[in-house]
Amino acid sequence: MSHIRVLVGTRKGAFILSSDGARKDWKVSGPHFAGWEIYHMKGSPVNPARIFASQTSGWFGQVIQRSDDGGETWEAVGNQFAYASQPGTHQWYDGTQHPWEFQRVWHLEPSLTDPETVYAGVEDAALFRSTDGGKTWLELPGLRDHETGPQWQPGAGGMCLHTILLDPKNAGRMYAAISAAGAFRSDDAGATWRPINRGLRSDFLPDPLAKVGHCVHRIALHPSRSETLFMQKHWDVMRSDDAGESWREVSGNLPSDFGFPIDVHAHEPETVYVVPIKSDSEHFPPEGRLRVYRSRTGGNEWEALTAGLPQKDCYVNVLRDAMAVDALDPCGIYFGTTGGQVYVSADGGDHWAAIVHDLPAVLSVEVQTLQPTAGS
Amino acid sequence: MNPSGEGTSHTGSLQIRVVLPYHLRTLARVDDAVEVSVVPPGTLAGVLDAVEGRFPVLRGTFRDHTTKSRRPFVRYFVCQNDWSHEPPETPLPRAVADGEEPFVILGAIAGG
Repeated sequence: MSHIRVLVGTRKGAFILSSDGARKDWKVSGPHFAGWEIYHMKGSPVNPARIFASQTSGWFGQVIQRSDDGGETWEAVGNQFAYASQPGTHQWYDGTQHPWEFQRVWHLEPSLTDPETVYAGVEDAALFRSTDGGKTWLELPGLRDHETGPQWQPGAGGMCLHTILLDPKNAGRMYAAISAAGAFRSDDAGATWRPINRGLRSDFLPDPLAKVGHCVHRIALHPSRSETLFMQKHWDVMRSDDAGESWREVSGNLPSDFGFPIDVHAHEPETVYVVPIKSDSEHFPPEGRLRVYRSRTGGNEWEALTAGLPQKDCYVNVLRDAMAVDALDPCGIYFGTTGGQVYVSADGGDHWAAIVHDLPAVLSVEVQTLQPTAGS
Repeated sequence: MNPSGEGTSHTGSLQIRVVLPYHLRTLARVDDAVEVSVVPPGTLAGVLDAVEGRFPVLRGTFRDHTTKSRRPFVRYFVCQNDWSHEPPETPLPRAVADGEEPFVILGAIAGG
């Protein structure tokens, strides 16, 4: 029987939640790296026993941890993230130019084909790659060196490269998203990049349709239809059917189109999930009711999923990397909150239950669907 | 120059006792103060180099990989004095060089 491993990064450590395919009874392991912020953990799709974790601290900087036994033991690997070329400057909050400075790793994206290769999205925004299992890191400077770089500016959380998508159908194609610069695409394995923000509208910009400057919160795709992208922007849920060449809004009947995470059902490329948040001024669910919204039509028509979720007095947030899906049938949906709950739905979102209630604030959730090994 | 400090004329390497903050002890997988070998006469930079040499996992955690500048929320204490702003070539005081007093790397008290 398949089993599930949920990798949870929190403000105060990492937790690993394990269950069988029923997804009812869970074992909790952790905290790992207690007291450190774990921005993200993700397993290699090639070798699921290999997991990478971004461990950070305002005091002690960046550490990258790697496990080769499914999270039982860990080894600190390389933590030197040096920009490849003269870092230059980007826009600062006060409109002046500010030097690029490495702060932390927001997102780790293991290669789809090589267990030794992993990408890191960092703040201040840049993309790094390791080809030796995380021991050494080299920047792919084509993104940061893009001619629009001096126009990029940090969002409230910093100028972070938070989303990395590897296209399983087009070798060399990858996507990145930066707050607040927007979405970018490379068709040559990260060597060169171009903004893909046509159709995005951001009223906080002097030119709401600007080429860059949009606060993209998250992008998701379904592996079988990788030219279709879904985006949760600061405001607006967006869709592209041409690999980001153009976007159209699909917010439809959502109670708020502000939010952070977005994800796609494992077996239904037109079924999408978001968690509406009231506004950028009030980072909690509308009316104090925690609702996941599901569209089975690729956007525009959304239904509230509430069974098992708190429907009064709930004022948590769900951050951009804190939602994931498993590969079982029916598909499992998972998300974590800033209140420390991690919820699971084992039936595509119809019913929810909390796996844990009281973790530190959840920063990220990833799921591994593990196939049975011989004899198990 | 720190008020209590002067170098040491010991021959052979100095054995310096270093107290690490909790999170760096867990990262280095040690429970207590550590001892590092430092080439005489022993300087601030020499101690920090020796800590990184013995525990490569700590590189980048208390000072920058390249510039060697101290991370903002880390302090260096020596014999009840704050050495955080001392030049790297500052010689260790005799009490530290002789192992009577530890060299302390401290995480600043900040945050909530």
